[in-house]
Amino acid sequence: MNGLYQLAVVFGVLVVALTIAAGLIWLERRLLALWQDRYGPNRVGPFGLFQVLADMIKIFTKEDWTAPFADKATFILAPAIIVVTVLLSFAVVPFAPGIVVADLDIGLLFFLGMSSLGVYSVVLAGWSSDNKYSLLGGMRAAAQMLSYEVFMGLSLMGVVVLAGSFSLTAIVEAQRNLWFVVPQFLGFLLFMIAGIAETRRLPFDLPEAESELIAGYHAEYSGMKFGMFFVGEYLGIILISSMITVLFFGGWLGPVLPGIVWFLIKVFFFIAFFILLRAALPRPRFDQLMSWGWKVMLPLTLANVLVTGALVLAFA
Amino acid sequence: MLSVLRTIWEVFLHAFRKRVTIQFPEEKPRLPPRYRGRIILSRDPDGGERCVACYLCAVACPVDCIALQATEDSTGRRYPEFFRINFSRCIFCGFCEEACPTYAIQLIPDFYMSEYKRQNLVYEKEDLLISGPGKYEGYNYWKVAGVKIGGKDKGEAEREAPPVDLQSLLP
Repeated sequence: MNGLYQLAVVFGVLVVALTIAAGLIWLERRLLALWQDRYGPNRVGPFGLFQVLADMIKIFTKEDWTAPFADKATFILAPAIIVVTVLLSFAVVPFAPGIVVADLDIGLLFFLGMSSLGVYSVVLAGWSSDNKYSLLGGMRAAAQMLSYEVFMGLSLMGVVVLAGSFSLTAIVEAQRNLWFVVPQFLGFLLFMIAGIAETRRLPFDLPEAESELIAGYHAEYSGMKFGMFFVGEYLGIILISSMITVLFFGGWLGPVLPGIVWFLIKVFFFIAFFILLRAALPRPRFDQLMSWGWKVMLPLTLANVLVTGALVLAFA
Repeated sequence: MLSVLRTIWEVFLHAFRKRVTIQFPEEKPRLPPRYRGRIILSRDPDGGERCVACYLCAVACPVDCIALQATEDSTGRRYPEFFRINFSRCIFCGFCEEACPTYAIQLIPDFYMSEYKRQNLVYEKEDLLISGPGKYEGYNYWKVAGVKIGGKDKGEAEREAPPVDLQSLLP
C-alpha cells in the first residue's frame, strides 16, 4: 500500500509538473498580452486554452532536423539533460505534508546540485551545434551560471542557519511562526535574482538573446528537441517558484485551505511575477550582468550570511 | 534600482488598461476614407468606364501586379480590353491611383479579401469595376477631354472652344 502511494505521488508530480509547464506557454502569452494591452491567444477553445494542444501537435509533427555539421550524439543528448535535471529536482520539493517524492535530508543541496548540472545541457547544445552564435550562447550560459550559482547557494545559507536543516520539509516546518522572507528578506531577493539567472529567463536571457544571438544555444534546434528546451525552461520557472515558496514563504503553510492549494497559490504568484519581469525589464549587457554578479550580489550575499550567522550565534 | 521597481509597477498597472486590439472578424475597425485597401475601377457619372487604358498605372506599379490591354470601340473611345490585378502581389502603395489621369483606378477602405486559393486573388475587370464614380463624383473625363468620340465631336467638350477653321485663317 505504501509503495503504491509512493508510485502515485511520483506520477502525480510528474504529470502535474509537465501539465503546468505546458499550460505556462498559454499563461505566459496571455499575461504578457495583458500587460501590453493586447489579448494574446484567445481563439482556440475557451480563452484560447487549446492553443497549447495546437502548439503541441505542431511541434510533434515538425521535421526533427539534425544539422549535418553537428556533433550528433551530443546534439541529441543536450535537450534531454535539461528536462531530466529539472524533473529530478522536483523529487525533493515538498508540495504538501506527505506529497513529496523523496524527502532527503540534504534536499536543498540536491536541488542546488541538479540546477548546476542543468547548465551542461545549454553548454553542450551550444558546443555541438557547431555554429558561432550557438557557441557564444553556450559560453555566456556557462559564465552566467558559474557566477550566479555561487551566490545562489550562499543566499540560501541564511535559511539553512535559521532552520538548522538541509531538509526542505524541515525548513517549511520551521516557518510555522514566521515566514523566512521576513528575517531573510535580502536572501530572498538575492535568491530570486539568482533563480531568474539560473533559469535563463528574461531579463537574464543572455544565452538566448534573440536580438543579438538569433536564439543562442538552441539556434540549430527544431521540432521536439527545441520543444525540450522550452519544457525545460518552463519547468525551471515552476521549480524556482516552488523553491522560493518552500524556502521563504512557508511552503504549504496557510490558514483554512488545504496545504497543496496554498502551495499552488504561492507558486503561481511567483510564476506571474516572473512573467511580469519579462514584460517589464530590458536585457542587461553581458559585462553588466557579470559585474553585478561578482561585485554587488556576491558581497551582499556574504554579508547576509555573516550577519545572519552572527545574530543566530548571539541569540542562540 | 528604484527605476527598475517603478518600471515593474508601471507595467503591472497596464493590467487595468483598456486593450487596444480590435477583435477583427467580429469587430470591424473604423478606417479613414483615404485608407489604401482593395483597388477598384470607377465609372463616369453617366455610367461609362473611366479607364482609358493609358497603361500609366501598370508602369507606376512597383511590383508589376497590373496587367491590361488597350482597345477602342467603333467611336474611338479607348477602354481596356482586359484589366487584371494580381492582389497576391499588390502592396497597396497607391502609386497606380496617383498615376491615373482619369481618376479611374482608386483604392478603397476595404481589406477583407482573404482567399484559400492563390488563383482567386487575381481580379479581372468585372471584379474590379464598380457601378459608381468612387471618390470623385462629378468628374467625367470624356466630357472635358478634347478628343472626338461617339456622340461628341471636337469642340463640344466642357470649356472647349470650337475648333478654328484653318481655311478661314488664310490671308
